[in-house]
Amino acid sequence: MSDRENIVSIRNLSKIYAQGEIQVTALHDISLAIAAGEFLTLMGPSGSGKSTLLHIIAGVDRPTSGECLVQGVDVTKLNESQLADWRNQNVGFVFQTFNLIPVLTAFENVELPLLLTRLGPAQRRRQVHAALELVGLADRMHHLPKQLSGGQEQRVAIARALVTDPRLVVADEPTGNLDSHSAQEVLGILQSLSRQAGKTVIMVTHDPKAAAFGSRSIHLEKGELTN
Amino acid sequence: MNLSGFVIRNAFRNRRRLLLSVSSVAASLFLLITLQVALRELTNPINDEGSSLRIIVRSKVSLAQPLPARQMPILERIPGVVAVSPFTFFGGLYKGDEKFTSFAQFAVDPARTLPLISDAKLPRAQYEAWLADRTSCIVGQMTVDRYGLKIGDRMPFTGQLYPCDLDLKIAGIYHGTADDRNVMFHQKYLDELQGNPGMVGTWWVLAASAADVPFVTDRINKAFANSSAEVRAESERAFVLGFVSMWANIKTLIGGISIVVVFALLLVTVSTMSMAIRERFRELAILKALGFRRRELFAFILAESFGLAMGGAVLGAGGAWVLFRSINIQNLTNGLFLMFEVTPQMLGLAFSVAVLLGVLAALAPMWTVARTSVVQGLKTLD
Repeated sequence: MSDRENIVSIRNLSKIYAQGEIQVTALHDISLAIAAGEFLTLMGPSGSGKSTLLHIIAGVDRPTSGECLVQGVDVTKLNESQLADWRNQNVGFVFQTFNLIPVLTAFENVELPLLLTRLGPAQRRRQVHAALELVGLADRMHHLPKQLSGGQEQRVAIARALVTDPRLVVADEPTGNLDSHSAQEVLGILQSLSRQAGKTVIMVTHDPKAAAFGSRSIHLEKGELTN
Repeated sequence: MNLSGFVIRNAFRNRRRLLLSVSSVAASLFLLITLQVALRELTNPINDEGSSLRIIVRSKVSLAQPLPARQMPILERIPGVVAVSPFTFFGGLYKGDEKFTSFAQFAVDPARTLPLISDAKLPRAQYEAWLADRTSCIVGQMTVDRYGLKIGDRMPFTGQLYPCDLDLKIAGIYHGTADDRNVMFHQKYLDELQGNPGMVGTWWVLAASAADVPFVTDRINKAFANSSAEVRAESERAFVLGFVSMWANIKTLIGGISIVVVFALLLVTVSTMSMAIRERFRELAILKALGFRRRELFAFILAESFGLAMGGAVLGAGGAWVLFRSINIQNLTNGLFLMFEVTPQMLGLAFSVAVLLGVLAALAPMWTVARTSVVQGLKTLD
């Protein structure tokens, strides 16, 4: 595949953490291409470096060496402020622990990334509605996170990830805190984002059943790709 | 929702802590204002229209040393002098006051005193009644109100400095001066009670204009130089400030307490803000991940810290302003304090302290947020 067809191109990526005098290699010489519209699952045991890889792709962590092109932009070369803007416009985040702001309603949580854009209130409202409709929670938009179930909270988090219409959605163990029914719902939404909306979804998971929802699965072990 | 709404929601998420923090800032700033008001009251004499023209002449040796009555004609002849009256502090204990009488009693010459108390509003008939009866007195409205007195009542005083007691009859009630507490009675009555010693406590002199005061003061001092009763003449303001200097280092003391108050306040506010940010660390990391930049996170922290401090300032300083305007401080303090006024400068000081607190308390959390990456904030490293 060429870079034009790939939304993510990683070449010789390494990440080494210094913990005092000890150096821990989280990623070692990773090269990887992810096509637009793909639903890629990253699997591997704890400490294998899958979350680190996800963070580098999403522009919240920096590699020690190597190149990481996302939509043609080398995110390793962007400064802090440029990265923040880039993340806001290009990446949607879904976390294991939902990470909604507890004092904001579902609507306001989803609206949060749009506050950084130049959209007016009416346009923001339309986009938030659309995102909540997409995850089936339009009727819960005025509920606080504590008034929602875990599955609903995660669906609000997905709506928040989608509200800026990013091409890339990254999810770090999004079903880790959910019961199996809610997990199925969340995975179904992520799958439909890839299949129907053409979003590129990268998901970290331990669960082979969850990985089965993806279009491709790769394994990491001790910071290296094993397949 | 907008960003300011977001800041307000965050500030109110732990209402109990917010209430306690704002209350601690408010209480500290209330104390700061109170100290400043007390300091001003103790060290800044109250001025009225006439005080800029009045001169107090006392013995150069000591305030307690009396002056010979024969000095009066010499004083009256000095150029620039408009009026002269004896002004003798009696310092008696009023009936019912067991240890301390908060208002002063001065022996004066009623016939010569009126120009010296031009601010006082005293009906003509009452003035004439005072002139006519040498055992009578005039009393300030505040003292009248405090003791429920009326014209014709008797005011007995037990002498503390003089070996005699007074039994005065109220001939008039005045108001309109900066200190409507004093009792004024005839110097002649005091002289008679003592067997006419021919001495007065001090002289009260009225200069023709404020510009004349330094020259008149100088001339009076020179007039009695090298005499058996040398004098020290000074403006009324300087005279009162001389009393203030007897408070020793009260300014330093109150200044020191104020600094401690502000420092304690700073620690409380910094601690509160640090706690508030620490418990939201993960959320701040999420905001960073969503695209919020450092400067926006700094603005959130600063706005919250600033809001907390200003809320405390409005409650504390504003509360002091409202309280001290609404209470009768003379009654509460037995006349020790008269005005207890919160000035615009004091409010400015309190709000400046609050602004400084708001900024300083935000610095440490801002520094921590700046240093922490999204990944560190999320703590989701595998």
